[in-house]
Amino acid sequence: MAAKKEADIRFSKFGTVSFTAITKVNDFVDFLEQGKVMGSRCKDCGLMFFPPRADCHNCLAGNMEWFEVTGKGKLVSYSSLAFAPIGFGDDLPYTIALVDYGQYKVFARLSPGLKPEDVSVGMEMKTVANRLPNGQLNYVFERA
Amino acid sequence: MREVAVLGVAMTKFGVSDKTNLEMFAEAGLEAISKSSLNPKDIQALFFGNCLGDFEEGQLHMAPFAHAELGLPTGAPATRFESACATATVAIRHAALLVGAGIYDVVLAGGTERAAGMGTPLATRTFAMACQAHHESSAGITFPGVFAMAAHMYAHKYGIALSELKRHMAEVAVKNHYHGSLNPKAHFRKPITVDTVLNSMMVADPLQLFDCCPFSDGAAALVLAEANKARELVEKPVFIAGTGQASAGSLYLQRDLTRIKAREEASRQAFSQAGIGPQDVQVVELHDCFTIAEILALEAMGFYGFGSAYKSASSRETYLGGKLVVNPSGGLKAKGHPIGATGAAQVTEIVEQLRGECGERQVNGARVGMVDTLGGDFGTVCNIILRV
Repeated sequence: MAAKKEADIRFSKFGTVSFTAITKVNDFVDFLEQGKVMGSRCKDCGLMFFPPRADCHNCLAGNMEWFEVTGKGKLVSYSSLAFAPIGFGDDLPYTIALVDYGQYKVFARLSPGLKPEDVSVGMEMKTVANRLPNGQLNYVFERA
Repeated sequence: MREVAVLGVAMTKFGVSDKTNLEMFAEAGLEAISKSSLNPKDIQALFFGNCLGDFEEGQLHMAPFAHAELGLPTGAPATRFESACATATVAIRHAALLVGAGIYDVVLAGGTERAAGMGTPLATRTFAMACQAHHESSAGITFPGVFAMAAHMYAHKYGIALSELKRHMAEVAVKNHYHGSLNPKAHFRKPITVDTVLNSMMVADPLQLFDCCPFSDGAAALVLAEANKARELVEKPVFIAGTGQASAGSLYLQRDLTRIKAREEASRQAFSQAGIGPQDVQVVELHDCFTIAEILALEAMGFYGFGSAYKSASSRETYLGGKLVVNPSGGLKAKGHPIGATGAAQVTEIVEQLRGECGERQVNGARVGMVDTLGGDFGTVCNIILRV
């Protein structure tokens, strides 16, 4: 008898609380475990996606390859939160932020070592893979 | 397209309610039908808004139950709409489109929500479900956080000291609480001062508690009909002059958080359909979920130039008696924000303003009014322009 196919739930390792374990781009999590933050790029038209997508809306096809989010982006904005949703209370206070890399943008938190008073809009940042105290994986921003 | 008019409008008191979602909606719906000189059997379809009934009451598929509470005919389909905070506005727009297209002659539209009943941590979590789940919700994003990011960016982009911007933002809250104090249906009816805002607890830097709208319970509903039928039934039909709706994906797709592109497009559509511009509008109910949100909305809809609306409340231009009255109901900030009902309450306020029924908070001489509702982290905006 054929073994039952296991569901690919690698994405359950991502985020303080992962609400959605399944995605077509689950290799993202394996890369993150290796310390790499990866997006996807359409091999036909070159369009870059972060978070990674499995399909390109420009080419109406799924001919994609991985690229690493490297180099510097500019801090679009940020906010330090004093209240969190259920499941995130132990992380408070944390600072959410958006960083613009030109062809794509990345939403994440600032690295816990970086205080909101240390950053300003327009500042150069880099995105790094990170392991949370509860063992989960995510990516955070550090000063470039 | 046929011309579409609003007949009866109704809303429950907003605040903390001891009624169910369906009881609140029935209350508003039956009043709206009664004020339209109609009976439930005359309603041909229900456009029903609700966001979080599953978390609030363990209740999904609420539209047909609302249909039954109202005693609507079996042949009148009841459909649930969900567009985060823009839910009811999107439901009403689609009701207007189908009446305009000649599919139905008389319909009921609106929404209901019991957000206050969830308590703050669960409500914060469920509201954040309107953000992208894989990469935003999993990082602990919150709506105050999203608009707080917009406030930081606004201060930076326009070279305004954050402390100065915060004072002007506080003036928006002061205005909307003042307007809310004149509205018997408002969640909060207590006037506040700039110090009330600036001394309140921090929620998401730089937004403090009084920069934020509350979680509220409430429902609102209205009857829409083909214009000639409306003229036969009610003394003062209010006409839908134009609508617009646009979509824009999640926060990580936005480059400039001070420019809500979906709103720029939705309001352009609505103005274009109405054949008018911002200068022709006397009263607006807009999406002031946070004080900075009112400023951003005024700019995106073209009432102010980019980077100039932050002084709108401080200068009193947007107060009752000002050149453009903004949120005379008290807005989301003071009237309250039961998310699935909000858009229907905004339309209710504009209709009552255009009919001259608002008493102490009446905008004198209002002939054209506009509704603006935003859903999610800038993903949905829906606008409706109404005229007498």
